[in-house]
Amino acid sequence: MRALTATPSCLAVSLPADIISTVEFNHTGELLATGDKGGRVVIFQREPESKNAPHSQGEYDVYSTFQSHEPEFDYLKSLEIEEKINKIKWLPQQNAAHSLLSTNDKTIKLWKITERDKRPEGYNLKDEEGKLKDLSTVTSLQVPVLKPMDLMVEVSPRRIFANGHTYHINSISVNSDCETYMSADDLRINLWHLAITDRSFNIVDIKPANMEDLTEVITASEFHPHHCNLFVYSSSKGSLRLCDMRAAALCDKHSKLFEEPEDPSNRSFFSEIISSVSDVKFSHSGRYMLTRDYLTVKVWDLNMEARPIETYQVHDYLRSKLCSLYENDCIFDKFECAWNGSDSVIMTGAYNNFFRMFDRNTKRDVTLEASRESSKPRAVLKPRRVCVGGKRRRDDISVDSLDFTKKILHTAWHPAENIIAIAATNNLYIFQDKVNSDMH
Amino acid sequence: MLSKGLKRKREEEEEKEPLAVDAWWLDPGHASVAQAPPAVASSSLFDLSVLKLHHSLQQSEPDLRHLVLVVNTLRRIQASMAPAAALPPVPSPPAAPSVADNLLASSDAALSASMASLLEDLSHIEGLSQAPQPLADEGPPGRGIGGAAPSLGALDLLGPATGCLLDDGLEGLFEDIDTSMYDNELWASEGLKPGPEDGPGKEEAPELDEAELDYLMDVLVGTQALERPPGPGR
Repeated sequence: MRALTATPSCLAVSLPADIISTVEFNHTGELLATGDKGGRVVIFQREPESKNAPHSQGEYDVYSTFQSHEPEFDYLKSLEIEEKINKIKWLPQQNAAHSLLSTNDKTIKLWKITERDKRPEGYNLKDEEGKLKDLSTVTSLQVPVLKPMDLMVEVSPRRIFANGHTYHINSISVNSDCETYMSADDLRINLWHLAITDRSFNIVDIKPANMEDLTEVITASEFHPHHCNLFVYSSSKGSLRLCDMRAAALCDKHSKLFEEPEDPSNRSFFSEIISSVSDVKFSHSGRYMLTRDYLTVKVWDLNMEARPIETYQVHDYLRSKLCSLYENDCIFDKFECAWNGSDSVIMTGAYNNFFRMFDRNTKRDVTLEASRESSKPRAVLKPRRVCVGGKRRRDDISVDSLDFTKKILHTAWHPAENIIAIAATNNLYIFQDKVNSDMH
Repeated sequence: MLSKGLKRKREEEEEKEPLAVDAWWLDPGHASVAQAPPAVASSSLFDLSVLKLHHSLQQSEPDLRHLVLVVNTLRRIQASMAPAAALPPVPSPPAAPSVADNLLASSDAALSASMASLLEDLSHIEGLSQAPQPLADEGPPGRGIGGAAPSLGALDLLGPATGCLLDDGLEGLFEDIDTSMYDNELWASEGLKPGPEDGPGKEEAPELDEAELDYLMDVLVGTQALERPPGPGR
């Protein structure tokens, strides 16, 4: 696998307080958005490559920062609603402006991001400060001209999609039709039109008539990248359901159910918890799905429901420690996963600020670390190794030394190039390929 | 944060924290599994799970995923702790089963048994609409866990109108529980709870569990006095 280097803008963000809760590149990779626990969104923009320094790749600099969600109080239920941003999804760009959806537990917002780099000067009736002129001083007509000004990025909330969810929203996904999107909570999935905020259609509802019968919740969902009628959702029991919106208005009956039978040799009290799918992502091709459960990432072929076509062990050395991880609640951590642009490499986070990449073609994998020490700008990342006993090499980390408070839950891969964004608690790292990138 | 060592010999258990029992009971090849007690490990796991359930329910808006996973795990554990002797024989899978397999195969019947008595108590307390299940030893082994409408009276209260269920501190909830039963008896090596095949000691275990679950259910369905919190819970 190619070596990864820390970019010059590697440690792009080091917020004093807030934990990053989501990371997302836009469709061109020019922009990178992060959301945090304090309800803020920070957008980074990649600088165009400079002709003066052709070897320096475009760096990511802060483009805009805004407060997306504020803490709210639900008076009816006497509950505080967290402002933490759970997910951000970019809309495909249709004009000069950029748009994104951001959501907390209950409310989704559509934000429009525009640039202003010119301003009109020479009004007839107003002076430079905008005050009305004394009309007696106006002796001739002039045409206002646009003069350049310092770039200003303006962000405004265009739509607020509220009151659609009783339970906590875990996913949003924009449809390939660019007109609709869906939002999923623990028990229901709603379909919205981007222009309509006062109603949504419920397309999946797994709430049992009697809540005492509840045994399974929805954990993630996503629209197919090309087929606007297809979407998938995952469950806490480890199953995936592919649904076709053409089949029925309420998609409670799945078109396909993807489920791997439990391995009897690995069965334990924790089997269900570790099979719970924390993230599901369609491949760019639309032919495969990638899922993350507690110990593995799996690649599924849409044409085969019985089992995944590939399974990769993320940190199998934790299998014998499940009891402790249950005790300290780490077993409930929800890791995300990502495809590279060509669907040949998959990536996911782990503990101790490690993240893992798996090359589907060569079957090789690597463990890397996102930390200040190893991420001086332009430093090449060194592969790490966790040793489980037996021969220990010099820089190996032993399983018992892993820091379980340093978890990499959120990762993103540039849609076309080998640039990755890694969120480690309140730090954002951006790494890219050492060699000038073509997709391999 | 994590306990060192993966598999522990049984005689070392008493020195370690009860909750740090890791993997020995997972390994079907391990000698001690055949004789005992997943019931021993399960008892501490059971306590831990009950604690987690309680803590989860204490949140003003519980994380449903966490709650459902803990409850499902609790069911599995509890099922493995209930005696199998009084129940109709469960057909074992064709391949030579490991002990773990046997326990899980009998879990449905065992679960129905304990849930049946719980539901009876619940229906006295709250006038819930579930009909009391038939007697334990009639429970068909094939009945699914979902159909038992189990001790999730807790989840029933998680509809839209839910506020805080349990505002007493954790200590308050367990104040009245006699913990002397947990202290030495279960951990003394000669007094280890027998596996499902044994007769004599088994009666204690389900009473223990049911008493504790009873108490928990009482609190959850509100027969215990609750106090509103001073401010919004989180």
